[in-house]
Amino acid sequence: MGKMDRVTLGETLSMPGAITAAPVIATRGLGKTYATSAGEKIDALTQVSFDVGQGEFVSLVGPSGCGKTTVMRILAGLVAGYSGSVSVGGRIVHGPTPEIGVVFQDANLMPWRTVLANVTLPGQVLRLDKRACEARAMELLALVGLSGFEMKLPGELSGGMRQRAAIARALLHDPRILLMDEPFGALDAMTRDNMNVELARIAAEAGKTVFLITHSIAESVFLSDRVLVMSSRPGRIIETINIDLPRPRSLDVVADPMFAATVLRIRRLLEQSTGKDPHVTLAH
Amino acid sequence: MTTQDHLTTSHPPSALSRLFRPRPVPDLVLTAILVIGAIGACQVLVYSGLVSRFVMPLPSSVLPALGELVHGGTLGENILVTVGEAAIGFGIAVTIGLVLGTLIAEFRTIERIVYPYLIALQTMPKIALAPVLLVWFGFGPGSKIAVAAVISLFPILVNTIAGLKSCDPGRLDVLRALGASRWDCFRLVKLPNALPFIFSGLSAAVMFALTGALVGEFVGASAGLGYLIVQANNSMDIPQVFAILLVLVAIGVAAFAAMQIARRKFLFWSPNED
Repeated sequence: MGKMDRVTLGETLSMPGAITAAPVIATRGLGKTYATSAGEKIDALTQVSFDVGQGEFVSLVGPSGCGKTTVMRILAGLVAGYSGSVSVGGRIVHGPTPEIGVVFQDANLMPWRTVLANVTLPGQVLRLDKRACEARAMELLALVGLSGFEMKLPGELSGGMRQRAAIARALLHDPRILLMDEPFGALDAMTRDNMNVELARIAAEAGKTVFLITHSIAESVFLSDRVLVMSSRPGRIIETINIDLPRPRSLDVVADPMFAATVLRIRRLLEQSTGKDPHVTLAH
Repeated sequence: MTTQDHLTTSHPPSALSRLFRPRPVPDLVLTAILVIGAIGACQVLVYSGLVSRFVMPLPSSVLPALGELVHGGTLGENILVTVGEAAIGFGIAVTIGLVLGTLIAEFRTIERIVYPYLIALQTMPKIALAPVLLVWFGFGPGSKIAVAAVISLFPILVNTIAGLKSCDPGRLDVLRALGASRWDCFRLVKLPNALPFIFSGLSAAVMFALTGALVGEFVGASAGLGYLIVQANNSMDIPQVFAILLVLVAIGVAAFAAMQIARRKFLFWSPNED
């Protein structure tokens, strides 16, 4: 309960663009220290606090190695021994919660299971009704554009299709939140752009709150309602930027002066924090 | 221009040249030629007296010897004895190998306690245990089962441990993020993930089990194919020794085929199959 005390240190006051409704995700003062093999202690994260509102699409951008993935792993309940607190739906959580569906950097499908059986996997873990899971999996596969591939093995799919299947799997148990860690990082630029358009549609149709971790500034601006900008060593949130571009957004939005201005602004912030050019791919 | 010239000057191949065009010989034919050639060479060498008939039987005498063996009426039960010993030994090795391998891979404490012994045992040639096992388990099938089990255990054990430990952490994260229990992580991810390794171990172990049963019979037995070989050898009936070897080849091929069928059934998804 020591964690709770640290929460109340007034972090909410400094939240620009804070949400008025009760947040679905709220982190307060997240910190994580790793020990190197030499016994040295390294702060991966310090004082990371943010809120994500119901139905919001929020991205966390930052340079490689700034601790983004650590934030994601804490939210997913995969990291032990961090400071601060995470609450989901108003309740403090200490481990994995079925209210969150996670999409990882790699699709991580089980190669011995068909696409359908991969999507229904969470149902098996959470002991859900098998029939209902299969029916829902079929709907989700249609949502992500994989109808007709139910009986294929992951080895027969392209990288983009595997990641679509992973998104369907993350949605199976109907979590409120979709947590995504560089989900399209391994895809080529064209496929990645298309997947981003698809993701925006899927998130809107499924009515999910999405928390996306990416190092692509353009991707974060294209997809998000709000972008959290993170600096490295130790990772902390230096700015929160609202993206007021109208939805639905097509890829043409990159020509919008506001899009360009926002991308540039985030880029400058990252440059200031790291003292060098952040990795930006302007294919997006 | 030049390509057009080329096209107009080239003649369509005649039917005759097509017939005599060298075409690749199927591998199977080459294999058959090699085997027939080797048998033929043996026949010539032995028949001419260059190689003694006590060293190598006349190949043409092996099949009649096999016929004699079959007509003698005891071949069937001796096959059953040896195959039975090997199968039971293999079954014991699979059970112990999978259970112990899982415990070692999953529990650090057990690994720390058992591992040193495992390495010590693995470096020892386990065939050397056969005489001791004969003393412990008797002259009957018990000692042969024990030898078969002891030498086929290690490939299964080692591969089970390696397979379970090789699990991709990303796949496990998928389950952990759902709050999956350790048992669910094991049965839904780690075990299927380890199957290609386990099957490599099983393939090796099948042959080891057969070898173990035979060696057990060599050391001391009153039935089984190993016993028949020793008997025939002692009476210098070399054609019969080779006839029994043929039977063993057939058993080995059948065991290998059974393993391949099982592999196809369980590892249809693995990129290393086919």
